[in-house]
Amino acid sequence: MKLDTNGNLYTFIYAAVMVIIVAAVLAFTAIKLQPKQENNLKVEKMQNILQSVGIQSKVENAENLYKKYITKQIIVNTKGDELEGDAFAINLPAEAKAEVNSRKLPIFFAKLDDGTEKAVIPLTGKGLWGPIWGYLALESDFNTIYGVVFDHKGETPGLGAEINKDPFELPFKGKTLFEGNKFVSITLYKGGKGASAAAGDTNHGCDAISGGTITSKGLERMMKEEWLNNYEAYLAKNKK
Amino acid sequence: MSKNSKLLTGPINLNNPITVQVLGICSALAVTVKLEPAIVMSISVIAVLALANVIISLLRNTIPSRIRIIVQLVVIAALVILVDQILKAYSPDVSKQLSVFVGLIITNCILMGRLEAFALGNKPWESFLDGIGNGSGYAIILIIVATVRELLGSGTLTLPAVGEIKVIPESFYQFGYENNGLMILPPMALIVVGIIIWVQRSKTRELIEEN
Repeated sequence: MKLDTNGNLYTFIYAAVMVIIVAAVLAFTAIKLQPKQENNLKVEKMQNILQSVGIQSKVENAENLYKKYITKQIIVNTKGDELEGDAFAINLPAEAKAEVNSRKLPIFFAKLDDGTEKAVIPLTGKGLWGPIWGYLALESDFNTIYGVVFDHKGETPGLGAEINKDPFELPFKGKTLFEGNKFVSITLYKGGKGASAAAGDTNHGCDAISGGTITSKGLERMMKEEWLNNYEAYLAKNKK
Repeated sequence: MSKNSKLLTGPINLNNPITVQVLGICSALAVTVKLEPAIVMSISVIAVLALANVIISLLRNTIPSRIRIIVQLVVIAALVILVDQILKAYSPDVSKQLSVFVGLIITNCILMGRLEAFALGNKPWESFLDGIGNGSGYAIILIIVATVRELLGSGTLTLPAVGEIKVIPESFYQFGYENNGLMILPPMALIVVGIIIWVQRSKTRELIEEN
């Protein structure tokens, strides 16, 4: 018997069976691979935190180095009080959407080989195409930037995506978040290399990325009113 | 045999999907700012195209013709999601660099084009070769465009597993050489592809139309 492949019933059954098979295959792989993917994300987060304080790690040794250098993890709220909880497990984008007063803000403390202590603040924000995030390492005065790491989900390669490269990240080192007692954070200046110097803002200014204006703006908002300002109370309280 | 080898080599020059059939231009534009994503994208497209061709070819006698486009799309989308998930689990670095581009394979017109025009009417082995051939034709153009754009636009070449290599020496910059920022912007991808088409047509007699 030859099947009538153009019949309505055949078409319906074919479509239904196909969808069920495909769904089963995809669900199976997603569940099988999920633990591995989640572990990758965890390791990547550890690597990012370590990198912000200048420690390069590989996938294999990230967990050990993290245990060695990260001495303390705390959670604070927007008033600057410490809270109970697991700082590493906090989902930042969810906190950014939460009510201002109930936000849980993680801070990681690192003790380096030379004995100095740094505080690492995780950042979250929006770029042009999707989320951007980063880790900001502060000196123990809670004011001077020791190092930054930025990354993104899908900014334009060669333009906005350059935020995760050294030429963009290194100039942040040594800038300060406060001017006197006022929280001013970092401003990005358009106009290519040297634009922030030309504007005369040597303490709080960095160069934006040419051709990556919207990503740069998003990053600046992340460093100011859209995320880092949540930490203002805590930083102001502990600032030296 | 010679027919089979033609399936492999044809799409590289005479029947190139990008420069002759003008398919898949969209991603040629998006992923060619740097060499590395272009290379990984090429490999992913070759893999997905060959597999999708084989699957559709195996199913070709059972697919109801009224929903064949949907069936093709489901097969492509499923394969692309699989590739994406596997990359995320086993090679998170590469997956991060490709980011949205893996998903963009679904919209690559070469895939639908080959499934519809070839796999639906040919045996699995021929379809597999056709997939590899067309994927390679796509890959070659992508890699040429990416090399030109990265070299002139950033002065570097980025290779998988090797990283960024500075090609233009620092002394050039001291003499006043500047990277051409225009190369990084999307329109230059089209112009570079246009130049490749022009060169290819003027070198290849078979491609020159009579009138």
